[in-house]
Amino acid sequence: MAIAEVATAVTPHAVLGRSTTKKKRSLDLGGWLLRVGLAVLFLFPILFMFVSSLKPDQQIFGDLSSIAAFLPVGNISMDNYAAVFDRVPAARFLVNSIGISAITVIAGILVNSLAAFALSRMRVRGKSVILTLIIATLIVPFETLALPLVWWVNQLPSFELSELGFYFTTGWIDTYHVQIIPFIANAFSIYLFHQYFESIPKELDEAARMDGAGWFRIYRQVIMPLSGPAIATVAILTFLPAWNSYLWPLMVVQTEELRPVMVGVQYFFQLNVSWGEVMAYSTLITLPVVALFIAFQRSFVNSIASSGVKG
Amino acid sequence: MTPTIVRPPATAVSVPTRTRNVKRDRTSKSEERAGLAMLAPAVILLALFIFVPAILAFGLAFTNARLISPYPATFVGFNNFARLLTDPTFFRALLNVGYFALVVVPMQAGLALVMAILINKQVKGTTFFRTVYFLPVVTSMVVVSLLWLFMYRQDGLINVILDRVTFGLVTGPDWLNDTSTSMPAIILMSVWQGVGFHMIIWLSGLQTIPADLYEAADLDGVSRWQRFRYITWPGLSATRSLILVTITIQALSLFTQISVMTQGGPLNSTTTVVYEAVESGFAQQETGYASAISLVFFIIVLLISVAQRFLSREKI
Amino acid sequence: MRHAKKRLVVASVLVTGLVAALTGCASGPTGGSDGNNGELTIWTHNGGNTAELAAVQAVVDGYNGSQDETTVKLQAFPQASYNDSVVAAAAASKLPCIVDIDGPNVPNWAWAKYLTPLDLSVDLSENLPSTLGIWNGETYSVGHYDVALAMFARKSVLADAGIRVATIDQPWTQEEFSDALKTLKATGNWKNPLDIGTGDVGEWYPYAFSPLLQSFGGDLIDRGEYQSADGVLNGPEALAWAEWMQSLATNDYIATKSGADPALDFQNNVTAIQYGGSWAATNNTEAIGDDLAVMPSIDLGEGSKVGGGSWQWGVTTGCANPEAAMDYLSYSLSPENIAAISVATATIPATDAAAALVPGFEEGGNLAIFREFSAKSAVLRPETPAYPFIATEFTKATQDIINGGDPQQTLEAAVKAIDANIKSNGGYTQK
Repeated sequence: MAIAEVATAVTPHAVLGRSTTKKKRSLDLGGWLLRVGLAVLFLFPILFMFVSSLKPDQQIFGDLSSIAAFLPVGNISMDNYAAVFDRVPAARFLVNSIGISAITVIAGILVNSLAAFALSRMRVRGKSVILTLIIATLIVPFETLALPLVWWVNQLPSFELSELGFYFTTGWIDTYHVQIIPFIANAFSIYLFHQYFESIPKELDEAARMDGAGWFRIYRQVIMPLSGPAIATVAILTFLPAWNSYLWPLMVVQTEELRPVMVGVQYFFQLNVSWGEVMAYSTLITLPVVALFIAFQRSFVNSIASSGVKG
Repeated sequence: MTPTIVRPPATAVSVPTRTRNVKRDRTSKSEERAGLAMLAPAVILLALFIFVPAILAFGLAFTNARLISPYPATFVGFNNFARLLTDPTFFRALLNVGYFALVVVPMQAGLALVMAILINKQVKGTTFFRTVYFLPVVTSMVVVSLLWLFMYRQDGLINVILDRVTFGLVTGPDWLNDTSTSMPAIILMSVWQGVGFHMIIWLSGLQTIPADLYEAADLDGVSRWQRFRYITWPGLSATRSLILVTITIQALSLFTQISVMTQGGPLNSTTTVVYEAVESGFAQQETGYASAISLVFFIIVLLISVAQRFLSREKI
Repeated sequence: MRHAKKRLVVASVLVTGLVAALTGCASGPTGGSDGNNGELTIWTHNGGNTAELAAVQAVVDGYNGSQDETTVKLQAFPQASYNDSVVAAAAASKLPCIVDIDGPNVPNWAWAKYLTPLDLSVDLSENLPSTLGIWNGETYSVGHYDVALAMFARKSVLADAGIRVATIDQPWTQEEFSDALKTLKATGNWKNPLDIGTGDVGEWYPYAFSPLLQSFGGDLIDRGEYQSADGVLNGPEALAWAEWMQSLATNDYIATKSGADPALDFQNNVTAIQYGGSWAATNNTEAIGDDLAVMPSIDLGEGSKVGGGSWQWGVTTGCANPEAAMDYLSYSLSPENIAAISVATATIPATDAAAALVPGFEEGGNLAIFREFSAKSAVLRPETPAYPFIATEFTKATQDIINGGDPQQTLEAAVKAIDANIKSNGGYTQK
């Protein structure tokens, strides 16, 4: 914008330029209204969740038919938050989920970007078939795979460390890694990296090749540093399902100490549901994700476009 | 890819043609080996955790396997598929997901693009807006479904707001319990929940468009529409096909909202293929039949995705 | 060359999978070994149910303190998805020695050989019949408590409308109930005066609505041979039930899909009468106090009926030390233990001896009415392995009927599906 204004000021078409600037300003007002309008639309159910987390159950239902549902009025307290920690080992679940999600994200970025790099940059025979097969895995809804997968992971070799030393066993049931390893490779991430890498000019790695760089060095020193937005996107989009998973851990994790946060949501649905606590717990477990998002969203602007590479 | 190489002149001159050809043969071999090595972790993991269970699941489609049963499964050929063809609920489910996808795909993709463009600008409060637009995505789908269940009640917030805004002229329907409004209600809520996800993907696509194109356009004083039409839209062609394929697949796999909010009702007006598969497989314990539903679903979605990729003429 | 490479990739993938599969097969199933080394695990559906979990934990602690041969460990799962957890564990042969089971599922699990018949040192004949899971002449499970159904209303509301408070000896009749609903609806105070929990999913539909069907004289299945639903789920009695259910909706007496929490709606006076579970009684009493009337379900012809059978305990076939598991269960069934769990859950204690120890359930206590409902009019959901399937079909049919589906056609379709399922499972007989 600043550049545009300087430019219009020095061109002979200054008058014309100024008028466009004015027009842009008014359009910006429209943009602002749109932004704020959308924000309200996206915020109000979330606000409803947060406000409800401060109310006793009877009042949540009493307020359902009025604007009071959005307002912290009536009997407001943090009681639900205190009760959450009595009902669910929330701290332990949070630590588990943070660990599981973080490892899934880091391993996922590495494994999927490597695969996408090979598909985008290297001459591998049959790579279009491989990419098609990879994309086909997106089509299988997880719900339909869950049971065969339970049986299958229980057949896989595993190892344990105990006072007797290191030994092999079978079965991944009831571990942390059964919640991580099956979700590292992800077709969507590969696809996204692939599309992004395709937009990075091939001249860059050809130049590096000429300088004698190996493929891995090109990946590490040329492509990945330019892929900030793709990495951030994949990080966030891998983090979400890892954080939100609950059907799978319910099926394969039996020890309470190993469970992730979303399983905790189920703890509130007893014969008499604790609605206020559901809302309080949901608010609590959303916060870490929001924090992560705020941290990562900066990378969206460290783009190819701004790093001086011209396509 | 060879003809378009723009080599730095110095290197080009220093490498004699003959050695280069020999080198190239050797490199292509090592290149292939390196490529396979880089692909291996992802391919092996996908094979282990998607292909193997998928083959197991699809194999079950030809048996009478039960979720809970003292008897081993036996091979029954195409019996499950024959039954599927005479199951009106299955066709209703297909129709419902088709309807859902046809509305959701353009709506969600379009709105997500508008949002991505809005928050791609460095204006005051960008972080705030990005975060707010993304909030529904990071909130548990089960909880989001519950919130909307409350809001869609006959005396719920949506109808209260409708009533206030129109000064009592419009009395809202019982959204989820009316066969004519149940699916639109699910659609609205799904777009609300999922649009932030695709906004992020559009955003990563917007980053691939060189800033100097926009700077040049600004110098020429082009209109916003022209900027979008001639720079942004063509620059997003790869992202477009990514978005199209993923939204379509997600839309066709509609499940969680249905399971929490309507259980397929009223009168099957919101049932979906995945919901039917899960219902048959878990609640009704008919694993074999559920696998047949999944297999048919897989083939249908595969055909649609292939068609989409063909139509969007994406080069790999 | 090109093919060799391709083959290499395919082969390496296959080999990785195959090796994994072989190592898995070679060592055989490692699961199902709970009960070894003097340790024994119990799974319960109480994850998040602080009061009930603490009560069960106290029983477990008591047992661990009473002897030193076995250490019992309690593992809690959230109820909403407890069945998924168990089924997955069974698929992986990782079931523990003792599991919690929802009563009507017991025959299904017994048939599938998940459960072994109980062999306890306590006399189970003292238990309410609805707290025992019996199939094929064997007892597979026993519960500490049962729950019941009731009608809740405000005495003041009934008095204003000139409606009498129903009693166990004189429940409301169908005509009385229709008149009451008409009167309440006419006041205009409630959009839907009655809430029967149509928005509730899961087990509520068969639990709450099949007793209404039975009160009309119909049933979920012919209980003679448990081979067909024909004539009972689509006969004239069942049709009368279906038309009556539909009329509740068409007259706007009920919402076709009630709110997420009928008890809270009732407490907020969004509805005038709640047809709900005994577990809602404590909260309703707290909110409404002395004005609360707790009444038996309606007599629709064959007397007032309530559903029977709540959560029960069973021992799995894979348990390495069934004697220890039986010993723990016998210990847990002492009147004191039954009473403690019943107090924590506000449910009906399984035996008279325990009931005497639970405040409210003693003779003349304010909760004793539920024990009377349960003892007098409990009907178990059909004790057949086909039950889980029947339950889904019944739920679907009832939802469709309430939403305006043709009653006869809907019932016929359900009967057809149930009969086909039973047939395809060889009649669910034990081989």
